[in-house]
Amino acid sequence: MTKESPVLSLRGMNKQFGEGCSRCIEKPENLEKNYCPNCGTVYACRDISFDLYKGEIIGIVGESGSGKSTLMRSLYFDSEVTDGEYLLADYKDGQENVFGSSLQQQKWIRNMLLGMVYQNPLLGLRMEFSSIANIAEKMIAANHRNVEAMFSRGHELLDKVNIPTFRSSEAPKNFSGGMQQRVQIAKALSNNPPVLLLDEVTTGLDLSVQADVLDLIKTIQRELQISMIVVSHDLAVIRMLSDRTIVMYNGEIIEEGLTDQVLEDPQHAYTQQLVYSLL
Amino acid sequence: MGYVAVKGGQEAIAQSNLGLAYARVRSGRVLAVEDILAGMRPLVDQVMSESSLYDEELAALAIKQAGGSMEEAVFLMRAHRSTLSRLYYTTATSTKEMFVERRISASFKDIPGGQLLGIAHDFTQRFLDFDLLTETEDEAIRKAAAYEEQSANTEVPLMDLRRLPKVVDYLEEQGLFETAPFDDSEPDDITKRSIQFPTSRSQRLQSLTRGQTGAVTSLGYAEIRGYGVANHPNIGELRVGQLPLHVADPRRAEDEEDAYYIGSVTVTEVESFIPIDVADESGKTKMSFSIGYGLTFGQNETKAIAMSILDYSLEHPAENHPTSDEEFVLLHVDSVESTGFISHLKLPHYVTFQSLLDGIRKIKGGTE
Amino acid sequence: MNYQGNYAFLDENSKMEIRRTILKAVAIPGYQVPFASREMPIARGWGTGGLQVSLSLIGEDDVLKVIDQGSDESVNAVNIKKMIADTTGVATTIHTGEATLIQSRHRIPEVPLTEDQILVLQVPLPEPLRAVEPSERKTKAMHAYGEYSVSWLHLFEQIVRYGKTAMHSDYPVIVNRRYLMAPSPIPRFDNPKLNHNDGLVLFGAGREKKIYAVPPYTEVVSIDFEDHPFEVESFAGAACRLTGLTDVFLDELVDEATGETYYLTNDQSYLLETLNAKQETAAGGIRHD
Repeated sequence: MTKESPVLSLRGMNKQFGEGCSRCIEKPENLEKNYCPNCGTVYACRDISFDLYKGEIIGIVGESGSGKSTLMRSLYFDSEVTDGEYLLADYKDGQENVFGSSLQQQKWIRNMLLGMVYQNPLLGLRMEFSSIANIAEKMIAANHRNVEAMFSRGHELLDKVNIPTFRSSEAPKNFSGGMQQRVQIAKALSNNPPVLLLDEVTTGLDLSVQADVLDLIKTIQRELQISMIVVSHDLAVIRMLSDRTIVMYNGEIIEEGLTDQVLEDPQHAYTQQLVYSLL
Repeated sequence: MGYVAVKGGQEAIAQSNLGLAYARVRSGRVLAVEDILAGMRPLVDQVMSESSLYDEELAALAIKQAGGSMEEAVFLMRAHRSTLSRLYYTTATSTKEMFVERRISASFKDIPGGQLLGIAHDFTQRFLDFDLLTETEDEAIRKAAAYEEQSANTEVPLMDLRRLPKVVDYLEEQGLFETAPFDDSEPDDITKRSIQFPTSRSQRLQSLTRGQTGAVTSLGYAEIRGYGVANHPNIGELRVGQLPLHVADPRRAEDEEDAYYIGSVTVTEVESFIPIDVADESGKTKMSFSIGYGLTFGQNETKAIAMSILDYSLEHPAENHPTSDEEFVLLHVDSVESTGFISHLKLPHYVTFQSLLDGIRKIKGGTE
Repeated sequence: MNYQGNYAFLDENSKMEIRRTILKAVAIPGYQVPFASREMPIARGWGTGGLQVSLSLIGEDDVLKVIDQGSDESVNAVNIKKMIADTTGVATTIHTGEATLIQSRHRIPEVPLTEDQILVLQVPLPEPLRAVEPSERKTKAMHAYGEYSVSWLHLFEQIVRYGKTAMHSDYPVIVNRRYLMAPSPIPRFDNPKLNHNDGLVLFGAGREKKIYAVPPYTEVVSIDFEDHPFEVESFAGAACRLTGLTDVFLDELVDEATGETYYLTNDQSYLLETLNAKQETAAGGIRHD
C-alpha cells in the first residue's frame, strides 16, 4: 500500500436502534435530535465516514448521545451496524468490507489488527486472572504456545506501561483505576496491532492519573508509530493527543479537521460552544 | 495359592438392601396403598406432577416403596415411565372444558361464573390437632356421614361447573389483553428430544411442570421478591378440576368429533396477569397485560403459581436476573437430575483424589 | 429379582435412538451429540449415560466387564454389572482381555484395548469449557468456532500461580485436531491411552444428555505449552508392593500396623493377572481367580 492510503477507512456507517417508521425513514428532518418521536427509533450513528492514516491519532469528541461510543463499539464488533463500509489496509488489502465478513474473520481482525481499551476495565480485562495472563490472552488467541516467550513479551509490555514486574502475577481487580487502564493498554498492544481504539480511557480517573495515562499513550504512539482513534467528551484530552479531530453531534459528524484549526477556528455552533467552554 | 478378587462389594450391597427392606416392615405394620390414596392426596399429586406420569395408584405404590421419600418415589415413577411405550398423544385440550372443583381470582372480586373456594388448606388454622393421634376408623366414618348429611341439607347456588368462562376472556373483550395469535404448531416433547438453547415455550413449560416443587417454588419466590421482572403478578385465575382427555381415532385423525374419551385427570391451572409495555402499529408504546402460565398434574397450587411466574420471566427475560436465565432455571429444577448429581458425590472418587494429591505434591515440591 | 422387562431394559425404539446418536458421535470424533436421555433405575450422576450406551449396544454374545475406580468389586460397579446382567443374562468377566464391552468410571484399564472391544466411560460433566463458561449456549458457539484459547489461558494462569499446570484429572484433550473434549475424570495418566488406540471409546453423560466418541486410530492430544509439556502422575518412582509394577496407576495406602505408605496397582484385575502369572512361572501352579 502507498503511504497515502489510509490504515482504516469508514464509509457511510449507520447504526439505528429500532425499526423506524413511515415518519422517520429517510426523513431526517422529522427527527428530534437523533430519535423519532413517533416510533422511538434512535439513529445513533448517521452516515459516518473518515480515514485514519498510519501513525496518526484521530480524536473523536462529542457529548453523551453523540454516537461516539456506538461508533467505537461498532469498530470493535461489540455491536452490529445497520450498514456501512469498513476497510482495513491489513485485511485483504483494504478491498473487502469488514462489516460483511464472517464471525471467524472478525475475531481474527479483533485479535490481530485492533487493540481496544475500554472506559470500564471490567469490559477489557478478566479480573480473576493475573495481569500477565490478561496480556497473554491475546497472544494465546494468536496461537502462541510458548510460556516463556509470552512471559517475556508480557513483562516487556508491563514495563512499557510502567507497571512493576512484581505485580505481573496479581489480578487487576486489586489495582487502582489508572493501573487497570495501563494493563488494558499493555494487553491491547500485545499482538502489535496497527490500530488502537481508546474509548474514554481517562474518564473517571484522578487528574494526575489522567495526565500519566495520556503521557503514556503519547509516548507509545511516538515509539511504535501506531495509529489511534481516541474518543472523549473532554476536548482537553483530544487537544493533547490528536492530530486531527472529528466532532460528533446527534449521531452525525458536524465538523472535522486538524486539531489546531478546529480549536482556533470552530465553524459549527456546537463546536464553538465546546471550544469556548474549554478556555 | 492364587489371589482372588475381594467379593466384599457385592456382599455389602446385598446386605444393605436387605436392611432397607427390613426397616420398612420392622414394626409389623403395613401401610396400604389405599391408605396413602385416602389420607395423603397432596403427596400423591406432588409425585405425579414431578414424575410427569399420571397414575394415582402407581404414585401411591411408589410412595409406599420409597417409604415416603419424595426423592425416591419420583425416581421410581420416572424409571417406570422409561419402560412404557408411547403409543398416542391426546388431542389438544382446552381447560375451558374442565369440570371445576375450585376456581378463584385474586384480580377481580366478581368473575363471570363466580368464585368457587373449593377445598384447600388456605384458610385453615394451623394448630396441631392432637385428637388425630387417637383417631379410629369408626370416628372417621361418623365424621364423613355427618358432613354428607349436612351437605345434602344445604342450599347452594347453581353453577355450571363444566362450562365456566375464563377470566382472561373478559380482559380480552375489554381490549386490555393482547391476544396471542393462534398457534397450532406441534409442540416439542422434551422426553423425546433433549432441550437445546434457546428453548421453545413448550420446552420451557414442560421442564417447569415436571420440576421439583421446592426448586420451582424457590425460584418463583426469588423472582417476585426482587430477583426478577415480575414483581407483583396478579393471579387472574386459578382452577383445579377434572380435565377430560381424548385420543384421536388413528384411522380418522382429523375428525376431532370422533376422538375417544380416555378419562379425566386432575389438573391445577394458573393464569397470572402481569403488566407489560407493547408497541402498537404506529409504533407507540402502551401498557397491556401479558400472561404467565402454570399447569400441573394434580392439585399443586403453589407450584403452578410459581411456574406461571417463571414462565413469564423466561418469556420476557431481563438482563442480569438469574430467573430470566433459561439455562439457570430449566437445568436445575429437575428432581431426578439434581438429587442424582448431588448424591453422586457419595460415590468413590479415590482416583481423581489421588491425582489431585499428586498434583498438589508436585507443586509443593516445585516451590520448596 | 424376577426381571420381566425388555432385553437390556430399554425398549427397542430407545435403543435405536441411542445407537443413532452413537453413530453420529463416531462420525464426529470428540463432538458432544445431544440425546434424549431416559431415566434409569439407578440415579442420575451414578452412570446412567454410560449405562444407556452399554444397554443399547449389548447383545447375547457379549462379555461384560464393569469397573469403578479401577476395581471390579467397587460397590457402584457391582450394582451396574448386576443391573445389566439381570436384564440380559450376558456373561460377565473381570478380565479385560476377555471382555467385549467394558463400562468404566474414572479409569481406562491398563491392558490395551483391541479392535474387538468397546470401552464405555461414565461422564459427569461433558463440557470441557464449563469451568470458564457456565452457559451451554455460549460453549456450543465456542465449539462451533473452534475457539478454545480460553482453555490454554486457564493453564497459563495456573503456571503463573503455581509454576506448573494444576489440572489433575478430566484433563482436556483435542480430538482429531478439531474438538476440545473432556475425557471424563480419568487421571492424566490415562489420557495417552486414548491416542491412536485400537478399540472404540464411547462417553456417556446421562444427566447432561450427551454422547461422544473417540473412534479407533484417532489422534488425541492433551493441551499444553511447548515449554510446559503435558505430564502424567509420577508417584515419585514408587512401585506396586505386590507385583513390582511401576508403569501403572497406583493407589496410595497406609499400612495400619507400621504406619508406612505403600502403593498397589489400581487396576485390580490387572493386579490379579500379574500376580497369578508370576506364580505360574514361579511355581508352575494353577491359576486361581
